[in-house]
Amino acid sequence: MPLRLKLKARDLARTLAATAAITGLVATAACGTRAGEETAATESCVDTSGDTVKVGSLNSLSGTMAISETTVRDAIALAVKEINAAGGVQGKTVEIVAEDGASEPTVFAEKAEKLIREDCVAAVFGGWTSASRKAMLPVFEDNDSLLYYPVQYEGLEASENIFYTGATTNQQIIPALDYLAETGVESIYLVGSDYVFPRTANAIINAYAEAHGIEVLGEDYVTLGSTEFSTIVNQVKSAGADAVFNTLNGDSNVAFFREYANVGLTAEDMPVMSVSIAEEEVGGIGVENIEGQLAAWNYYQTVDSPANTAFVEAFKAEYGADRVTSDPMEAAYTSVYLWAATVEKAGSFAVADVQAAADGVSFESPEGTVVIDGDTHHVTKTARIGEIRADGLLYTVWESEGPIEPDPFLEGYDWAAGLGDTE
Amino acid sequence: MDLLVGQLFTGLSTGSILLLAALGLSLTYGQMGVINMAHGEFIMAGCYTAYVVQQAVGDAGASLLIALPVGFLVGGAMGLVLETLLIRRLYHRPLDTLLVTFGVGLILQQVARDVFGAPAVNVAVPEALRGGVDLLGVTVPKTRLFIMALAVVSVAAVTLVLRFTPAGRRIRAVVGNRDLAETAGISSRRVDAGTFFIGSGLAGVAGVALTLIGSTSPTTGQSYLVDAFLVVVAGGMGRIKGAVVAAVALGALQAVFETYSTASLAKVGVFLVIVVFLQLRPQGLFTLRTRSLA
Repeated sequence: MPLRLKLKARDLARTLAATAAITGLVATAACGTRAGEETAATESCVDTSGDTVKVGSLNSLSGTMAISETTVRDAIALAVKEINAAGGVQGKTVEIVAEDGASEPTVFAEKAEKLIREDCVAAVFGGWTSASRKAMLPVFEDNDSLLYYPVQYEGLEASENIFYTGATTNQQIIPALDYLAETGVESIYLVGSDYVFPRTANAIINAYAEAHGIEVLGEDYVTLGSTEFSTIVNQVKSAGADAVFNTLNGDSNVAFFREYANVGLTAEDMPVMSVSIAEEEVGGIGVENIEGQLAAWNYYQTVDSPANTAFVEAFKAEYGADRVTSDPMEAAYTSVYLWAATVEKAGSFAVADVQAAADGVSFESPEGTVVIDGDTHHVTKTARIGEIRADGLLYTVWESEGPIEPDPFLEGYDWAAGLGDTE
Repeated sequence: MDLLVGQLFTGLSTGSILLLAALGLSLTYGQMGVINMAHGEFIMAGCYTAYVVQQAVGDAGASLLIALPVGFLVGGAMGLVLETLLIRRLYHRPLDTLLVTFGVGLILQQVARDVFGAPAVNVAVPEALRGGVDLLGVTVPKTRLFIMALAVVSVAAVTLVLRFTPAGRRIRAVVGNRDLAETAGISSRRVDAGTFFIGSGLAGVAGVALTLIGSTSPTTGQSYLVDAFLVVVAGGMGRIKGAVVAAVALGALQAVFETYSTASLAKVGVFLVIVVFLQLRPQGLFTLRTRSLA
């Protein structure tokens, strides 16, 4: 053997396994300290005696999720700037302490702890993946602090210490299914990334389909970030479903839609309903590969309302005319205003006062009026089905009759009985 | 039956993508033994080269043809810099090389994020490569046929260079027995730099081609890195032939498993097969026979 070939295949495998094991250990250790030691809620160190009040903005500015979360950070900063320009909250100027979650749930937990304990923020805005939210949840509960989480998610959660300003399943997935059923779809094919959101979403879709006589012709998962879709797309094509329900996340969408267009499938013969593709993602996929396909959200840049016109104008003025606004950005922007309104109503920044005052607090947001539900800490949202057009924007083709009440545990749907216990 | 034949063809196409991503690595890791965790970022650099060239040229077809050689030079130049500044100093410390190149990979990702922005960019596919061709009951996208052809051309080029050019002979001599090669007057330092240049350049070419089917974002390279290492490890160190056979075999395996289960389960199946295979044959499919004692 030549001198340099010191590392053989087995050694490399061993090294990689060891690295994985160490990473695992570190992660578990982090979980251990996080959930264990600080069970006794510590005295809040939030200082509101001066002219300013601090809030945290915790988003992934590096790593895989930076692609999405940097836009949320921008939206949060815009809302804070506007609120300050209008006189602040309780007469105090809001000051942002920004932290990078680095796309790692353990880092999110660590930084949340830092924001609460060292920076003494009154509330934290941010988080994107369900894994990051689940990692932060015990931190906010143990320290009795507040997190405003702005992204649509799989539901089945309601923490006293989290306000969920994105859609839960009955405000996004169920309306999307209603829409498909209304347009005569009798069979669907499910494609998703392999993690908690797509798996939960598809469990709901399967239950819905069974109750509504829709046939599920296939259900496929790929690892996050996978770009290999030839087998799946060929299976989708030969299954011949009326529509595809897509819960893929991130870069996989690019490979999926390119392959989809290349084998000759179009929005006319087999539309794809996506729940993770917004204005930001269309550019990367290439509008020629996705034109005519459908998405389900609560907000699009094209929503026609005075509040939205003002939001889009302000955003473009702040960050550049080429930027677009999307649903999670709007939900994050709204979450800051909801927090401010709740504090004004409570007349206090204290967590207990904010929690007590939250029920019924409303805000005229770009997507329409949203109202906080005090029981679940979710908000009412209008569901909208959007079509992707040639300019790369999404246009509403259907919307729910008014805002939908949040129902994170799907208690109001008979066919969903039992889904809430699966977690 | 038709489906199976079709799937085998899909496997061939998946395999050619794996091969393209792994070919450069089979030179730098397989031949030189350098574990370069930044290989994926060289692929990513190739993707962004395709993007930049397309922005400058406009026409998607012409820009693809220009981007392929430019991608080779960009990847190669980055590899050369990495080799000269860091890897050369760490040749006898493979684990340090692993960590250092991993760090370099993270830095390159962040640079891409700062220069091009975090969201994925779109590299348009040339008109001539849009759509698909019906073969044995499955529709094969033309982009995949192009990648297959490119993989064949790349392997042929590397083989020809290694076998018939003086530089290739020197590379083989150094890989076969470094001390003896040095005694014979070969500057192993220059050979190392040259090999690393070619290997990294091939990653750049792979990046340009992969924009046809995948996304172009700062983290694009990561998704190919593990697969590329698998191909080289399963194929056996030091043999291009091994990489070719392993890539096609893994592609076919993935495609067939996927037909009978789901994509993520298929991945588990492929990994299991590799683990069992490496237990039985730790040196991989093919090995380089040398007279050295190490």
